Amino acid sequence: MAMSSPQQQTPLNARHRAAGARMIDFSGWDMPLHYGSQLREHAAVRSACGVFDVSHMGLVDVTGDDAEAYLRRLLANDVARLEDGQALYSCMLNADGGVLDDLIVYRLRQGRYRCVVNAANRDSDQDWMRQQLCGFNADLRLRDDLGLLAVQGPQAEGILAGLIESDLCDAIRSLAPFHCLERGAWLVGRTGYTGEDGFEVAVPAAQLAGLWQGLMDAGVAPCGLGARDSLRLEAGMHLYGQDMDAQTSPLVSRLGWTVAWQPTGRDFIGRQALATEREAGPDRNLYGLVLGERGMLRQGQQVTLTERDGSGSVTSGGYSPQLGCSIGLARLPLEPGEWVTVQSRDRQLPARVVRPPFVRQGRVLVSTGQGNADAETDQCFP
Amino acid sequence: MSELPNELRYAVSHEWARLDDDGLITVGITDHAQEALGDLVFVETPSLDSDVEAGDACAVVESVKAASDIFAPVSGVVVDANGRLTDEPELVNTDPYGDGWIMRIKPEDPDLIEDLMSAEDYEHMLAEEEDD
Repeated sequence: MAMSSPQQQTPLNARHRAAGARMIDFSGWDMPLHYGSQLREHAAVRSACGVFDVSHMGLVDVTGDDAEAYLRRLLANDVARLEDGQALYSCMLNADGGVLDDLIVYRLRQGRYRCVVNAANRDSDQDWMRQQLCGFNADLRLRDDLGLLAVQGPQAEGILAGLIESDLCDAIRSLAPFHCLERGAWLVGRTGYTGEDGFEVAVPAAQLAGLWQGLMDAGVAPCGLGARDSLRLEAGMHLYGQDMDAQTSPLVSRLGWTVAWQPTGRDFIGRQALATEREAGPDRNLYGLVLGERGMLRQGQQVTLTERDGSGSVTSGGYSPQLGCSIGLARLPLEPGEWVTVQSRDRQLPARVVRPPFVRQGRVLVSTGQGNADAETDQCFP
Repeated sequence: MSELPNELRYAVSHEWARLDDDGLITVGITDHAQEALGDLVFVETPSLDSDVEAGDACAVVESVKAASDIFAPVSGVVVDANGRLTDEPELVNTDPYGDGWIMRIKPEDPDLIEDLMSAEDYEHMLAEEEDD
């Protein structure tokens, strides 16, 4: 295949290759898909600990006297809710209420924030963010001097704390979810994209290999984008570009909870369009699907309601190692009923509609059998 | 580099075939194919006693990444399918030329296997695909 532009690499590229990674192109980045077995990597994160090189994600620092005011205009969630050392998940919308990206924003201290954005949107996000700077006393800086590792799994805390000097070690152990701590150029956040406990650690590029090697020596499994996708899907987390994009709003993507409507005076970009949409009442949303029989849910498959007229499509699908069958997310009309039919190649497959997430902290939260799933699936979504 | 036993014959669609002493042809997918697919999670083996033409899609392997048809490399009748793959699809990954075999075909003519590629030709084809 001819490449239109040279692929970008993270500082760990040679290490991935030496570890036997199968590499793929991901949004112009040469990234590991797996290191031999996606299923083994998935299992390592659910039962022990795995590490992902996510240095392809964009780290954008926002600083200045108006940094908070700027981000309160830029993002649908409200950074005024944050204390120093706290993080927030938010969508960044266009004026029509479409999702330009989803991101994590850390408040490092007053007037200093860091956004972690999707690799695919690094350039477009920066352009957009720069355009919106007008009138604000704030600066943007892409931190491509840093690398980012996601250390995930029930053993992540002990292993990471064991690798890091003692004063930081206790701080890491007591770090609450969605909190972060900064030491020099290091930023450790208790966040992730797997549904397990874990940390995302930003370090200077030159120190990335040392941290990676320390994790390898501690027996942490190197994990690729394949496991990252199956883990996030089980956790019911969205993938930008599949589950939502610039044409879909948070309200039809089960992300209404990330929109901060209060205070009413905060005029974030997309608010007006979103308010109009909310007023009219969105007629679709994202639902979880569990395939009862053998077969696979894949992005783009058509879904037909069985209890009444209506259809939709699978936005993300794949195999769930934890459930032992295929699961997916699909955008469907509201109240789709308990069963739908999915068109998979030349077959019509019955799928059960559930409320994501499917798995959290190693525990299956949805029913895969024929019984009534409602009782156990309703409790966990924010 | 993937493994390519010399005694097997190979199809462009990445199946391997072996003419056994009993006159049946055992079929599986190559090491290269399983590696490209990634971990297999389902294998749908062909129906027994079905007539197949060379090039017919007669089985499906589904991996974490994609579903892929398995094509009959020779014409004949499917007389056996590897039942272990129902519960252990990973055998195709771990032992593609052994326990991961997919089906056995009673060929219309055992010489049909000669229409398939040698290991050397298949390796050459893979090298060309790599260059594309």
